[in-house]
Amino acid sequence: MGNVPSAVKHCLSYQQLLREHLWIGDSVAGALDPAQETSQLSGLPEFVKIVEVGPRDGLQNEKVIVPTDIKIEFINRLSQTGLSVIEVTSFVSSRWVPQVAAGATEISVFGAASESFSKKNINCSIEESMGKFEEVVKSARHMNIPARGYVSCALGCPYEGSITPQKVTEVSKRLYGMGCYEISLGDTIGVGTPGSMKRMLESVMKEIPPGALAVHCHDTYGQALANILTALQVVWFVFQMGINVVDSAVSGLGGCPYAKGASGNVATEDLIYMLNGLGLNTGVNLYKVMEAGDFICKAVNKTTNSKVAQASFNA
Amino acid sequence: MAAMRKALPRRLVGLASLRATVSCSVICHPDWSAVAQSQLTATSASQVSTSSMGTLPKRVKIVEVGPRDGLQNEKNIVSTPVKIKLIDMLSEAGLSVIETTSFVSPKWVPQMGDHTEVLKGIQKFPGINYPVLTPNLKGFEAAVAAGAKEVVIFGAASELFTKKNINCSIEESFQRFDAILKAAQSANISVRGYVSCALGCPYEGKISPAKVAEVTKKFYSMGCYEISLGDTIGVGTPGIMKDMLSAVMQEVPLAALAVHCHDTYGQALANTLMALQMGVSVVDSSVAGLGGCPYAQGASGNLATEDLVYMLEGLGIHTGVNLQKLLEAGNFICQALNRKTSSKVAQATCKL
Repeated sequence: MGNVPSAVKHCLSYQQLLREHLWIGDSVAGALDPAQETSQLSGLPEFVKIVEVGPRDGLQNEKVIVPTDIKIEFINRLSQTGLSVIEVTSFVSSRWVPQVAAGATEISVFGAASESFSKKNINCSIEESMGKFEEVVKSARHMNIPARGYVSCALGCPYEGSITPQKVTEVSKRLYGMGCYEISLGDTIGVGTPGSMKRMLESVMKEIPPGALAVHCHDTYGQALANILTALQVVWFVFQMGINVVDSAVSGLGGCPYAKGASGNVATEDLIYMLNGLGLNTGVNLYKVMEAGDFICKAVNKTTNSKVAQASFNA
Repeated sequence: MAAMRKALPRRLVGLASLRATVSCSVICHPDWSAVAQSQLTATSASQVSTSSMGTLPKRVKIVEVGPRDGLQNEKNIVSTPVKIKLIDMLSEAGLSVIETTSFVSPKWVPQMGDHTEVLKGIQKFPGINYPVLTPNLKGFEAAVAAGAKEVVIFGAASELFTKKNINCSIEESFQRFDAILKAAQSANISVRGYVSCALGCPYEGKISPAKVAEVTKKFYSMGCYEISLGDTIGVGTPGIMKDMLSAVMQEVPLAALAVHCHDTYGQALANTLMALQMGVSVVDSSVAGLGGCPYAQGASGNLATEDLVYMLEGLGIHTGVNLQKLLEAGNFICQALNRKTSSKVAQATCKL
């Protein structure tokens, strides 16, 4: 960069830049303005569903315990952004039935592609966990409650290190076979890079249709968006249909229990920025997400992990 | 996809799982495995290595711009010995190009006021280049007198940016650069060119790929051995990067191109990956993601070298960089600047 002392104050505001570059239109619209040219990368899905895991995966890994009324306000704000899926709290136990009675509309089950992780996390082997999940998922489906499956350690395990794509496929196939409508493949400790993402997906896609897959990337080593871009590209090229479901957390909430000081989930704001820039529709209003992010960061007294928010709010 | 929204109760009961779900049917293809297998086999038969991404380069040259671009945009001034030590540590980390300083008037950029001392004070390892920025002929002459073997000149793909930055038009800026390039040629000094605002401008907004190609071609024809295409304000996304590179590659050989991505909106690594997929094999980055953005207070700066190396190593691409030593250099400069690192890799590996 050259010398830019006094000229800076005349530059475009961040709102103008976002409008121009992301073709967001006014701050109310979430969808792309079809009248604007887009620089759409060919070979990508037209629509990407974002699964917002901030209230669950994000807050779960934050040191500060968030009071219930703040959590509710947070979720309410997220509900107004256009996000169609907001994960609040998900767990599996024999107590899930009361949760259904309390108004649950969906459940999630958490598997892992690593025996050690499974043992340390839920104190049983992968096989044993699948047995438990099967009972729960079948009962849920019987009650017309959809079940989403998660596969942790899809790109690496904090205990075992590398995880073979075949193992991820095996676990994903089990979850899909028992009736999970969608399988979210999680890079739990964020160690993955585009190559390992590609290899893992190519293996899983042999057994599970891309329409039933999602990716859940942690940004522990700054690789999340590059890995997500890879996921979008790889699947489209092979099948001419997308992985078009991506998990993220507003403000990049969360940390990593396996790497002290590390960052957590990929930030929803930064993800939307990339997807919109690629000409992909998300139905989500970036400005409103940024506001929700600002709210929760103030509530938990932390700086946002979203670069978009950092660049915009302090301008 | 229709969204089924459930009205959220005012209280969360126990650990109720509440989701506003998207109604979505499971795609169940009884012969999915067969379909998938045939698709994947067809792909691997026609492509040697990767799929839609193109073949990635086997080696990437990293141009470390922390000591110049990074430090220039840091609020806290660091001393000459600290700068020298940083550059020496980066040399030992295996980086083959380290942008050392800028021969600019300290009135404009106080952080670079000690340019001569820094260039003279660093250890110059064989096989490592230490380019310096020279905004004008006067700076060039001072740089050569201080021992510079390579210089860098700064252009832009935006008229307004050029006007506000160096108070002339793009055409006039080329006349100034021509003087430097001619002098460099006589003195056997290599010249690298920068094209700022390659993916967007803080004043003009969108920048046409054709304009970037025009400016890049001009630099190349004037004698720059390499041109670094800079997303100065980090607004770019992979599609824009692809469009820009497609235009530039028609005018300038791939081997002479580099990308310089700022991480202002978190897009730097994804944009860099796209550039690699297009065949670019030279990437600029800054240790610890140093720097900020004068156009967005509080924003982050350059792509962090540690995070770039992490990705490249994961992809099996050779960089020659020792990540551990790089982390040490990043740790050192962050302490000197009294700031936290912007590198996620460094954050994840720090001992709290």
